[in-house]
Amino acid sequence: MTDHATNQAEVLLAVNGLKTYFNTDDGVVKSVDGVTFHINKGETLGVVGESGSGKSVTSLSIMRLIPMPPGEIAGGEILFSGAGGKAQDIVKMSEAGMRKIRGNEISMIFQEPMTSLNPVYTVGDQIAEAVMLHQDKNRKDAMGVATDMLRFVGIPAPEKRVNEYPHQMSGGMRQRVMIAMALSCNPALLIADEPTTALDVTIQAQILDLMRKLQKDIGMSILFITHNLGVVAEMADRVVVMYGGRVVEEGDVIEIFKAPRHPYTMGLLNSIPRPGVDAHVPGTPRKRLEAIPGNVPNPLNLPPGCAFEPRCKFAVPDCSKAVPPLEDTGGGHMARCIRWQDFAKADQEVRA
Amino acid sequence: MTAPTVTKAAPDSRGLASKGDTLLEVRNLEKYFPIRGGLLSRVVGNVKAVNDVSFTLARGEVVGLVGESGSGKTTAGRAILRLIEPTGGEVIFNGTDVTKLSKGQMRDYRREMQIIFQDPFASLNPRMTVSDIIGEAMQIHNLNPGKGRIDRIAELLQKVGLRPEHMRRYPHEFSGGQRQRIGIARALAVDPTFIVADEPVSALDVSIQAQVVNLLQDLQEELGLTVLFIAHDLAVVEYICDRIIVMYLGRIMEIAPSHELNNNPKHPYTEALLSAAPVPDPTIKRQRIILEGDIPSPINPPSGCVFRTRCRYAIDDCAKVVPELREVAPQHYKACIRDDVL
Ligand SMILES: Nc1ncnc2c1ncn2[C@@H]1O[C@H](COP(=O)(O)OP(=O)(O)OP(=O)(O)O)[C@@H](O)[C@H]1O
Ligand SMILES: Nc1ncnc2c1ncn2[C@@H]1O[C@H](COP(=O)(O)OP(=O)(O)OP(=O)(O)O)[C@@H](O)[C@H]1O
Ligand code: SF4
Ligand code: SF4
Ligand SMILES: [Mg+2]
Ligand SMILES: [Mg+2]
Repeated sequence: MTDHATNQAEVLLAVNGLKTYFNTDDGVVKSVDGVTFHINKGETLGVVGESGSGKSVTSLSIMRLIPMPPGEIAGGEILFSGAGGKAQDIVKMSEAGMRKIRGNEISMIFQEPMTSLNPVYTVGDQIAEAVMLHQDKNRKDAMGVATDMLRFVGIPAPEKRVNEYPHQMSGGMRQRVMIAMALSCNPALLIADEPTTALDVTIQAQILDLMRKLQKDIGMSILFITHNLGVVAEMADRVVVMYGGRVVEEGDVIEIFKAPRHPYTMGLLNSIPRPGVDAHVPGTPRKRLEAIPGNVPNPLNLPPGCAFEPRCKFAVPDCSKAVPPLEDTGGGHMARCIRWQDFAKADQEVRA
Repeated sequence: MTAPTVTKAAPDSRGLASKGDTLLEVRNLEKYFPIRGGLLSRVVGNVKAVNDVSFTLARGEVVGLVGESGSGKTTAGRAILRLIEPTGGEVIFNGTDVTKLSKGQMRDYRREMQIIFQDPFASLNPRMTVSDIIGEAMQIHNLNPGKGRIDRIAELLQKVGLRPEHMRRYPHEFSGGQRQRIGIARALAVDPTFIVADEPVSALDVSIQAQVVNLLQDLQEELGLTVLFIAHDLAVVEYICDRIIVMYLGRIMEIAPSHELNNNPKHPYTEALLSAAPVPDPTIKRQRIILEGDIPSPINPPSGCVFRTRCRYAIDDCAKVVPELREVAPQHYKACIRDDVL
């Protein structure tokens, strides 16, 4: 996990003011509208947010996999400090340069493994393919790497499994294959977009456990996208919270959970029952979840000021005047809310 | 823990109920799906989706049904409502075994037993307006004829947090959470006493899930509904339900009151499920029980205890007989032969 021994964390990836837009018949969808965050070497950055908040578009932008058209990167930079040493801007990189990075220094696992595994090739062929693309290996050696990788991710009888097709495997097994493929070239950054959402909790626990172990062994950084706050709490060192295509809060995982400074984050945390703690006890009054009212905003028609304003119980007239800036509330804990100081003060009063 | 004695009683007297009067009693419910193969398309095997499932629901009770994907939750819920025909067992609703009723007789019971589906996008006909969707069931059961029907639809929409003017719109004009509200209004339209809610919030955004959970909870209290709440998220189930039934591979593993199941699980599978659920608190680092492998095929489930291939407490005897679901503490039932481990 985070390299606490060296105090100055080394930045692996820095996304600055990224804007990824889609030109649709109904207008311009500003899926990612000025997103800024960074990932340090060896750390896991969790990204949470509602459906449509721009999590996947952010990660696809980093991979340079946005379909253009209709998409375009309308602004910003994505600085990656890969094997070359000095930071390179992925946005400006040539496609040939990008091919050297994609699937090699930066790789990605997707929510639904079936959409990214090819049904007509064996899993061994697919992993070997990725290995041969980036490493100077012949087929036989590449297949050897594939078998080793399957063993590495805990697939039983890898010598046999390597010759199977994706449809012969269970969902959890396919996700392991995806991880094996993504890790086959020792990436510096692994982007995991909802890697366990489609899986059962017991299989999710296996995969999370595996990812943690592998990270410790390989020392890679992970960008972990999920909407499950439990998974974030468990996996992330730091957290980015997105809403309506913007970062609304960013900070250390414990800070985010214990002292959130944005009302959307607070609302999310209050809206989920905690396992165990909130179990209903017969004969006691029923608890109520604190739901966030209203609906996810329409990306074509975001509110003028703070995008969360229509749903925010702390909203004041100033909130709709301009998009609030992302401000440092102390120690790198960022929040995009004009009232964060009020929450900080209230927190202090409670603690006093 | 006191050593429970193994009862030899007949299944129907096991009293797998909570206190209060019984609305629904499910006895040895079974649903096998035939697998056909070969040239003559003969039955070559069965998917044992639901196997010997027995439980009761008291009037006004909210009971959760949890388990991994493929454990048979949806099949059980639908077989109880006879949306699919059970291949065995009895479903006694208000004293009547509904599995023995003819189609015509079943219609009256349909009104009392409704379902809310998981996918709010797929479960509403895109070509029908909201008022047609909600009015359809009233029409089938000849409820609120004439002008009264529109008033009732308006009232139902308000009850689920929508507005009367929404009735002229089509499903695609609504968000996921709103569509689930329409699904709930449709289920309530015929004044049911019993509702199967099949993963009603799983497809919704986190911030919307709480809205729908609260709505269901309010309506349940207001209308005194009896609810079978199917879900795979244990935290939501513990929160909303009085009792929880845990299924694995078509069979019931454990039944207990929510807080009891959480604090004191008696079945190794429940223990593992609880341990696998990620906790939204980064200061808690717990030791996790990682279940090895995958859920086996329901076509050839393991002999004896179906959980034994992944159970860390399994012994030779576990392969011999299917463990009986027996009471190990008041209101607390488990299907596991070992009492020395949990
Ligand atoms: N190819 C595209 N054309 C037009 N709009 C797009 C395209 N891809 C994404 N969008 C829009 O961009 C916005 C952000 O989408 P994105 O997939 O990043 O959301 P997300 O945060 O990953 O959500 P989820 O949790 O549902 O995966 C959405 O409004 C989406 O409709
Ligand atoms: N119509 C069918 N024909 C054949 N097999 C079926 C049919 N419906 C369900 N099954 C099988 O029965 C088993 C139980 O399925 P069911 O849908 O009841 O599980 P579930 O617990 O609801 O799972 P999930 O959490 O994924 O919804 C599965 O193995 C499934 O593949
Ligand atoms: S800026 Fe205003 S509306 Fe937006 S989150 Fe803060 S208090 Fe709420
Ligand atoms: S009967 Fe045996 S295998 Fe089954 S849960 Fe109990 S100990 Fe485990
Ligand atoms: Mg996404
Ligand atoms: Mg189901």
